[in-house]
Amino acid sequence: MAKKEYSFYPGCSSERKASASNYMVSVDAMCEKLDIKLNEIPDWNCCGASIGYAEGGELPRHVMNARNIALSEQNNPDQDIVATCAACWLGAKETADRLDASEQLLADTKEVLKEAGLDIHLKNETPIRHMVEVLIEDIGYEGLKEPMVKSLEGIKFAGYVGCQTNRPFGIDGESFENPMYLDKMVETVGGEAITDYDKKVTCCGGALAFSEPEKSQKQIKDIIEAAYDQGADMIVTPCPVCQMNVEVYQDQINKHYGTKFHIPVTYYSQLLTVAYCGNAKEAGLDGNIIRAKQLEEIAAK
Amino acid sequence: MSDVNTAMVQKYRNDFLKEVEENVEEGHWVKMCMQCGVCSGSCPFGPDWDHPPQEIFMMIRAGKRDEVLTTESMWMCTSCYNCIVRCPRELPITHIMHGLANYAHRLGIAPKMNPTRRFAKIFWNNIAKTGRVNELALSLKLYFMDGFMSGVKNALAMASVGIGMLKTKRLNPFALISHKGVKNPKELHVLLKKAREIEDRRKGIAS
Repeated sequence: MAKKEYSFYPGCSSERKASASNYMVSVDAMCEKLDIKLNEIPDWNCCGASIGYAEGGELPRHVMNARNIALSEQNNPDQDIVATCAACWLGAKETADRLDASEQLLADTKEVLKEAGLDIHLKNETPIRHMVEVLIEDIGYEGLKEPMVKSLEGIKFAGYVGCQTNRPFGIDGESFENPMYLDKMVETVGGEAITDYDKKVTCCGGALAFSEPEKSQKQIKDIIEAAYDQGADMIVTPCPVCQMNVEVYQDQINKHYGTKFHIPVTYYSQLLTVAYCGNAKEAGLDGNIIRAKQLEEIAAK
Repeated sequence: MSDVNTAMVQKYRNDFLKEVEENVEEGHWVKMCMQCGVCSGSCPFGPDWDHPPQEIFMMIRAGKRDEVLTTESMWMCTSCYNCIVRCPRELPITHIMHGLANYAHRLGIAPKMNPTRRFAKIFWNNIAKTGRVNELALSLKLYFMDGFMSGVKNALAMASVGIGMLKTKRLNPFALISHKGVKNPKELHVLLKKAREIEDRRKGIAS
């Protein structure tokens, strides 16, 4: 397989000792096995996330993302931008779309970026993609099978796609209401996918898990309950916010609702890394607060 | 009531729809709503909105300026984008709700104590300071936003979550001193200040 190279936008939560640091660890291991080279955008900044709009407004938010795109165009020319975080992907892609649609906004953004000696060209020379697009479009399901050494047979996964990897942009050829790619990935590495998982695209509350915890935890409770109802051993997701929200509040939900939730919430990249013979550390499994013991057992074999 | 708000009331008189179209992100779409209600039925926090999106659109057209800009409704948006992908007229509803919330906040008439408004402000200031999220500072600032005593109570309630994150190395206990952002935060501050100035000028909001 020829080496594929991308301009990589890791995002804040992927940094060392940040909330999705174990996602990053597993992405690194997965990409090494797939011969994918990620060239980090030097000096990237936050995308503004889904909550940035309230204080940040329109232009400052777009400037944040445009700065990243400009740095990518300058340092990693002719490489697609790839993000692993749903919000980073959405923020950058939305900015590119808006600037492309509005001459005024593009001119204003260019004027601002000039202060830092930067410029942005756009014209769709720099496609902005999510890591799962790279996997299913550039590598393909057959390609994803190639480095496979171990099967995840015997583990039943509820594929929780969530919101922002799925809407508003989504993955080409997938439906917003019932996207199948995550299930297909699970099956590719030998796991059992619950293809009709009820809460596959239900919102976990996103950033409002911080500001409206009760309302968000009601959502999270439904997401976990549906996974149990369908006999899932663990949940798998492509989104760092989904992962964190669905994993870390289980104790609080148990206290409030009298439930006994204790279900691991993993990343697709952890599944692939284990299937590609990565050890538990390489798969970032030591970063799961609720340990994914079945994956750890396969990794140890 | 803030001066900016008074100025806007005088500028637009009774034409709130025009005010929204000219000042709110994606506001020019509002008149396209055909009142089907799919957005309201698709919203995960739907029952918690005093006025769901469909109603907000009608209220804008009916000139109910104060009711719209002072409601907590838009602050219930989780940015799930369900409404956008389901709207038969393809209105960018999520962005309009964000735009309305931002506009009300800029005019100083958004609900002062709304937790999402307060959190959003803390979040933006957090990222604007160094260019990247400082997760420890963000959590602490949120827990302690109502003072020390309630902060301690909030922090204790969240202790098990924090300990889990620390144990798995997903939270840096020293981030208040060791957090690093972009190489030149001052340059980023210049960009953001300039962006805000241009935006305010375009919208006729004097800062």
